Amino acid sequence: MEFAELIKTPRVDGVVLRRPFLPTVEGTLCLTGHHLILSSRQDNTEELWLLHANIDAIEKRFVGSLGTIIVKCKDLRVIQLDIPGMEECLNIASSIEVLSTLDSVSLMYPLFYRPMFQVIEDGWKSFLPEDAFKDLESMTEEWRLSDVNKDYSVCSSYPPLVAVPKDVDDDTLRKAAAFRHGGRFPVLSYYHKKNGMVMMRSGQPLTGTNGRRCKEDEKLINATLRAGKRGYIIDTRTVSVAQQAKARGGGFESEANYPQWRRIHKAIERSSILQESLIKLVEACNDQSHSMDRWLSKLEASNWQTHVKEILTTACLAAQCIDREGASVLVHGTEGTDSTLQVTSLAQIILDPACRTIQGFQALVEREWLQAGHPFQQRCSQSAYSNSKPRCEAPVFLLFLDCVWQILRQFPCSFQFSQHFLVLLFEHTYASQFGTFMGNSASERSKLNLSQKTVSLWSWVNRPQEVERLSNPLYEANCLVIWPSVAPQSLLLWEGVFLRWKRSSRCLDEAYDEMVHIIQYNKELQNKVNNLRRQLAQLETEEPLLQTP
Amino acid sequence: MEHILTPKVEEVKLLDRYTAKKPAIGTLYLTATHLIFVETSCHIRKETWMLHHLIATVEKLPLTAMGCPLHISCKNFHVAHFVISSERDCQNVHQSLVRLSQPGKVEELYAFLYNPKQDEDERRNGWGFIDSAMDFKRMGLPNEFWEMTDLNKNYELCSTYHSELGIPKTASKGTVFGSAKFRSRGRIPTLSYYHKESNAAICRCSQPLSGLSARCVEDEEMLQAISRANPKSTFMYVVDTRPKLNAMANRAAGKGYENEDNYSNICFQFVGIENIHVMRNSLQKLLEVCAMKSPTMSDYLTGLENSGWLRHIKAVMDAGVFLAKAVAEDKASVLVHCSDGWDRTAQVCSLASILLDPFYRTIKGLMVLIEKEWISMGHKFTQRCGHVDGDPKEVSPVFTQFIECLWNLMEQYPCGFEYNEKYLLEIHNHVYSCQFGNFIGNCQREREEILYERTFSVWPFLWENRHQYRNPLHKCSLGREVLRPSTLPLNFKFWCGMYNHFDKGMQPKQSILDHLLTITQKKKIELLPQRAQLFPWRSKMSEEGQSSSEITTEAVKLVA
Repeated sequence: MEFAELIKTPRVDGVVLRRPFLPTVEGTLCLTGHHLILSSRQDNTEELWLLHANIDAIEKRFVGSLGTIIVKCKDLRVIQLDIPGMEECLNIASSIEVLSTLDSVSLMYPLFYRPMFQVIEDGWKSFLPEDAFKDLESMTEEWRLSDVNKDYSVCSSYPPLVAVPKDVDDDTLRKAAAFRHGGRFPVLSYYHKKNGMVMMRSGQPLTGTNGRRCKEDEKLINATLRAGKRGYIIDTRTVSVAQQAKARGGGFESEANYPQWRRIHKAIERSSILQESLIKLVEACNDQSHSMDRWLSKLEASNWQTHVKEILTTACLAAQCIDREGASVLVHGTEGTDSTLQVTSLAQIILDPACRTIQGFQALVEREWLQAGHPFQQRCSQSAYSNSKPRCEAPVFLLFLDCVWQILRQFPCSFQFSQHFLVLLFEHTYASQFGTFMGNSASERSKLNLSQKTVSLWSWVNRPQEVERLSNPLYEANCLVIWPSVAPQSLLLWEGVFLRWKRSSRCLDEAYDEMVHIIQYNKELQNKVNNLRRQLAQLETEEPLLQTP
Repeated sequence: MEHILTPKVEEVKLLDRYTAKKPAIGTLYLTATHLIFVETSCHIRKETWMLHHLIATVEKLPLTAMGCPLHISCKNFHVAHFVISSERDCQNVHQSLVRLSQPGKVEELYAFLYNPKQDEDERRNGWGFIDSAMDFKRMGLPNEFWEMTDLNKNYELCSTYHSELGIPKTASKGTVFGSAKFRSRGRIPTLSYYHKESNAAICRCSQPLSGLSARCVEDEEMLQAISRANPKSTFMYVVDTRPKLNAMANRAAGKGYENEDNYSNICFQFVGIENIHVMRNSLQKLLEVCAMKSPTMSDYLTGLENSGWLRHIKAVMDAGVFLAKAVAEDKASVLVHCSDGWDRTAQVCSLASILLDPFYRTIKGLMVLIEKEWISMGHKFTQRCGHVDGDPKEVSPVFTQFIECLWNLMEQYPCGFEYNEKYLLEIHNHVYSCQFGNFIGNCQREREEILYERTFSVWPFLWENRHQYRNPLHKCSLGREVLRPSTLPLNFKFWCGMYNHFDKGMQPKQSILDHLLTITQKKKIELLPQRAQLFPWRSKMSEEGQSSSEITTEAVKLVA
């Protein structure tokens, strides 16, 4: 299929673009296979380049022959295009509708994108499991890297290489995999250097209603316990949800079969509920009525902040078990690809200072989300405005980013990156020129040969100028565990995403720039002082005679 | 001292308000002015101080296995839950605190004991540090249209106003006195803020005694005079900050609001801010939300909504924005009142002034504004803050709401203010602490009688510590910009820094403000010794050559 067939009117003049808090732009609208472009064809005026993939929904309105298209984007921005001519408007609208909902992976933009920047370091090779394992090897000998999944046959959503206890052979892993949802047998997620405790993750055990057990699964997870020690299993579901799962063949670890483990149930919601929550939240934010009661009640009814609190609380619990109780932890929900990953990745942010660096955070996203098989493509194909019925969409990763932002807000000096990085990741999970978030698992990405055919987001991010832009000027390495407060008063609505287009960012940007300026200036002065001190010391030793008048 | 039955109790437990964390154990002392808890269970000496006058409620709960619980909550939202092992001791402490926290008369307040070791001249000068009359000069008074009058010098015109008032030049003595008779408690329309750029003015007064049909020629003339003082505008706004229903109810009592037919060219407007009783109850509900132990997000948000608190904050802000817009954009003068014109009117006029004039966004400017719109115009601090034992129905968080609106503005304009959140909290604290004389008394006249002679003023004290209250992000370059904040509900946040100020666990663990304050201060402090080190060198090494002269010039530059 050629894109040209889908574009009935590739170009319209005299189109007016209206965006919140920005001057209107009049210019020429062009449609290409992947972009909607509006250019005033004058110097110094900003052009709009909008990826079709970023368009979540459109609305058309007509007043006489003047048509208006309201474009609602996945990054939650809403823009308006006034198009003269009814036919042109209809053509543009229908083209956008088709182009923004193309299902075929082979037509996706990352496969067409050619970078305009020099790739210094290929992001596809930046965070290989082998390299991550080398770090682990330097700390402990109790783990090995297994290639039992090298052809993705044991677990389709796992990467080819996973870290497992040294004493457990591949055969045991295969049998344990058969006992876990989606073949997701327990694997290492995090090793806590301070006390050697670990966090593992998996899918739910397939105990079913008659309480099936699997000796190999028990052996596998018991192998992670030190002699005489007990561990914790954190089931991200409530007891009743976990009970109900039995009827569908799932379930949870019983006390009888896992006597060395204490199971704790939490209440992180399933993905379909999270999507509904996002839709309600965005609707509340877009409410233009001036009623405070309405806003607060809609905010409450969206339950978004409830989810943030629940996820953070569970992550704190996992971190607490490891760091305070000195116990190992296994985390799972149902599939082990959503709430499980929220918990394991946030616990690492809390526990491990390395995850709070720019590189470390990328490694975390790579390890705990991309390699761990979070189905990004399914989860992020629609955002809060889409009119079509959601299938597998859910803001699971966005909630994770929101939680990271909450911790960042409470510890503004402990992260090497600023919230810009989090916002950037949010945008790229929903629409991107990079291949990083395409596909639903390592196996799908490998089948599509993305590492050859597309550019990695990390290649872009790790260039010096981008690193600089995403850096947090306040950062001072903090090697401690950071415990966020999860009291409702301490958790705020993430303005950087949800109110981003609701108010002018001028004052906040100005404040940010001023802060950067102060810190920069301070650093310069500090350097000068240090130089002067050095010179002073030097002169004192070189010219001892001058010391005495 | 006669009220302190037990000056010292040992083995007292201080519980965490929210969690079941192990309580701190220590000794509780009662002094003439403070309750002090000294923790003995930890290695570092940790002290908790509570000023008696800040205590809002003290409650003794039934005996438990742990001992006898004593709950104390303060007007600055500090809450402490003690458990005292002996019920007898608890009873004594409770009884003492009840008495000490509610002095029978003003002279018993802390300000009359507080002595910062200043001599009498310093103390006296301190009271002259902020002069609200100077502010009218700053605005350009007297001018063609406005003048200062001393018609109220003996408080005969209005007992609750300041002795010097700004009035339109064309208003005769007869008009002024006539109008005073037609305004509740004689609170005539008087100048609050004059906007040089537009010639428009904000004036304030109390409600007219219009009842169902009464009118007053002098009052109509007074409004005419205000209107004429802004010759370029063809009309003026009259803003009644009350809900329409409340204003109408007042008519039956012979009060009410202006009839548009009787006053020429006025545009009358209600803005619907609730009265002091509604506000008091709303705060009570808000504090109940804050006191919930491990609430769910839903409990919290529902509680926040049901308290109505943010709705009221938004209403006050909306009114302030309306005023500022009228003056800056419509270039029309505004007359504002509520019932007596000392609560809502003070809130709204001072907010509008801040929006209009960057001077009030400076450390000193805010002092001037509070002095001018609150202290000298008769906001009843003693009653509203419940400084002394009195009618609990007169207590209301009116000033707190003003400070909270200001905080919301600062959140929207992080570079727009010279001061920071700490400054607001400190001012708020002193409004209630009664450590200084400024916020004691209900009006200027009451204050003149005793306070200037025997207490200290807070302003020089705050000014001395101004480095702590600086906003490092402040940019003067914003110039005379009028602030136009968004008042969409989503811009108003719960002020954790105020209501959970003493619950450190809920605050961000690292503060950007403190970080920036430290590094901007360090710049100066750290370099001073450097200068001392370098300057003796210069004289000794004049022949030494380039490198040293480079050092000294660098040093001079850095120190400068």
